[in-house]
Amino acid sequence: MTRAGFVIANLFRKRTRTILTLLSVIMAFLLFGLLQSVNTVFNAGSDFVGAARLIVQARVSFTQPLPISMLPKLEAVPGVSRVAYQSWFGGVWQENTPLIMFSLDPQRYRDVYPEYVMPDAQWQAFERTRTAMIVGRQLADQYGWKIGQKVPINSNIYPQKNGSKAWAFDLVGIFDGKDEEWKKRTNLAFIQQDYFDEANQFGLKGRINFFILKLIDSKDAERISRTVDAMFENSPDETKTMTEKDFNISFVKQIGDIGLIVRWILFAVFFTLLLVVGNTMAQSVRERVPELAVLKTLGFSDASVLGFVLAEAFTLVLVGGLLGLLLASIAGAMVERGTGGQFQLSLDLRVWLIGIVAIVLMSLAVGLLPALRARRLKIVDALAGR
Amino acid sequence: MSESMVEVRNVTKVYERGKQKVEVLHRLNLEIPKGDFVALMGPSGSGKTTLLNLIGGLDQPTGGEIVVGGSRIDQLGSGALAHWRAHNIGFVFQFYNLMPVLTAEANVELPLLLTRLSAAQRRKNVAVALEVVGLADRAKHKPKELSGGQEQRVAIARALVSDPQLLVCDEPTGDLDRKTAGEILGLLQVLNREHAKTIVMVTHDPKAAEFARRTLHLEKGQLLEQAA
Repeated sequence: MTRAGFVIANLFRKRTRTILTLLSVIMAFLLFGLLQSVNTVFNAGSDFVGAARLIVQARVSFTQPLPISMLPKLEAVPGVSRVAYQSWFGGVWQENTPLIMFSLDPQRYRDVYPEYVMPDAQWQAFERTRTAMIVGRQLADQYGWKIGQKVPINSNIYPQKNGSKAWAFDLVGIFDGKDEEWKKRTNLAFIQQDYFDEANQFGLKGRINFFILKLIDSKDAERISRTVDAMFENSPDETKTMTEKDFNISFVKQIGDIGLIVRWILFAVFFTLLLVVGNTMAQSVRERVPELAVLKTLGFSDASVLGFVLAEAFTLVLVGGLLGLLLASIAGAMVERGTGGQFQLSLDLRVWLIGIVAIVLMSLAVGLLPALRARRLKIVDALAGR
Repeated sequence: MSESMVEVRNVTKVYERGKQKVEVLHRLNLEIPKGDFVALMGPSGSGKTTLLNLIGGLDQPTGGEIVVGGSRIDQLGSGALAHWRAHNIGFVFQFYNLMPVLTAEANVELPLLLTRLSAAQRRKNVAVALEVVGLADRAKHKPKELSGGQEQRVAIARALVSDPQLLVCDEPTGDLDRKTAGEILGLLQVLNREHAKTIVMVTHDPKAAEFARRTLHLEKGQLLEQAA
C-alpha cells in the first residue's frame, strides 16, 4: 500500500456518494468546457482569412433594412464578383416551429452560393413562380414536403396585405449541399424577394436585411470589408461588413450578452458544485474523526493528515474535472463537425488551462476547511469522542 | 536496578472544562523498568487513561517531566512528538480503531508508510507481524470480515510492526468476551516475555491485570500502591 492508495481507498469508503459527487463534478466541467468554448467563439475578433463571401448589413443591426439600391455600388467594388441579398421572413411551420426562412433573388443567390445544388428546371421554376418556395433537403425530409405541394407558412413578423400572417407557398424545388459539409446546412427555406416585397403589408419595398458579396479572391476580404464600410460612412445607411462566420455569431448575439450569460451560468454551476463537493468532504471528515486521530496516534503529523484530506478533494475534483473537460472536447468537436465548422466549439489549449486552474482552485475551496479541521484535531479529544 | 523505560516525575495534568479547571493527575511519580508489564487500575476518572496518554506522547502534562526510552517527551512540539511516537510506541485501543477501508495487512502496514523501508521490506515486516499474532491467513480480510478478537490481533500487529520497545494498551480486552480476552492477554504476555516489549496496560478487569507482572492503582490522580 502507498499513501496514494490510502487516499483512493478512503475516497471509496462510501462508493455511491463518491460516484454521485464525481458525476456532479463531471457535469460541471463539461458545462464549463463547452460554455468557455462558446465564450471564446463569441469573443473572438474578426478573422478574414479564407473568407470567400462577405455579409453587408446595417451598422446597428441586421434588423434595420438596407436599400436594395446599394447593390450596383457594391457590385462595382473591385474584387467583388457577384452580389446577392436576403430578408428574414420569420417563418413558422404549423403552431410554433420556427423556420430559417429568407426571401431572396433566386438567380443571384444561385450565383453566390454554388455550394447549393438543385436541378436547373427547379431553379427556373423558382424564378418563374411568384409564390414559389424552395427548401433544403434536411427540411423537406424532416416535414415530409414534396415538390408540387402548397405549404402553409405563418410569418411571425410580416402580415399579407389582407392582414393575415398566414402565407402559402408552392414548393417548386428541393436543394441539397454539394458535399457532406454543405448537406448539413440544408435546413433552410427560401421564397422570392419580389413576391414578398409586393405582398407584405409593411411596405418595405426596395429594402432587404443584408447583402452577400461573393469575392474573386479571399485574400481581398479584409480590404473589401473596409472599402464597403467606408463607402457608406456618414450616409443614412451605414454598413457593417463581416465574414459569414461573424455574421452567424452576431445573429446569435442578438439574444443578449452571451459572455455575461455564460459567466452567470458558470458562476451558478461552480457555486452549486462548491456546496455539493464541499459538503461531501466535510461529511467525510466528520464521519472519521476517530480514524484521523488514530493516524496521528500512529505518528502521522498534522501536516500529513491535512495532506491526506486535501489529496482526497484534489483527486475527486481532478478526476471529475478531467473527465468533464474530455467529454466537453468530444461534444465540442461533434458540434463543430455537425455545423460544418460554423461553431468552433473544440476546446483549445486556453480552455484546458483555465479548466486546470479551476480544478486546483476548486480542490482548495472544497478541501481546505475540512483539511484544516482534520489538522487541528486533538488526538485525546477525538479518541474520546469529544 | 534495571534500566528505566518510563520515568514520570512530579507530573500534573489539569484539564479546562469551560471555566472550570480539573486536576486529573497531581504530582505523580512513576518508574517503569524496561521489560516490565504494568497494569494500571483504578475507578473511572482516576486518571489512568490520562497517564497512559502522557506516557504514549498523545498529550502533554501541565507540569513535571516525562522521560520515555531516554527521551524527554514533555518538551517536544507536536511534529517532533508525532515523529517520536512513530518510532518508539505501539498503541492498542479498546475498540481496535482499524481503518475499515483497508485490509488487515494494509492496516498493519500503515505505520510503516512513515519509514524509509521499501515496499518489499514493508510487506515482509507486515507478514512477520501478522504471523506473530497468528493472523497470517486473514491478511486480505477487511476489519468487518473479522471477529473482535481477530481485529484486536490486527491492532496488536499494527502496534508491533515498527518494532517499538513500548506498547501502551488502553483497555485492550474491554470489548471482548472472557475467552478471547484471555487469548489477547496471553499474546501480550508472550510479547512481553519472549520479545522483551515493555507494556503499560489500562484495565478495569482484575483478571486482565493478573497477566501483568505488577499492578498499579490510581485514585484521584495519585498512585496508591505498588503491588507485586
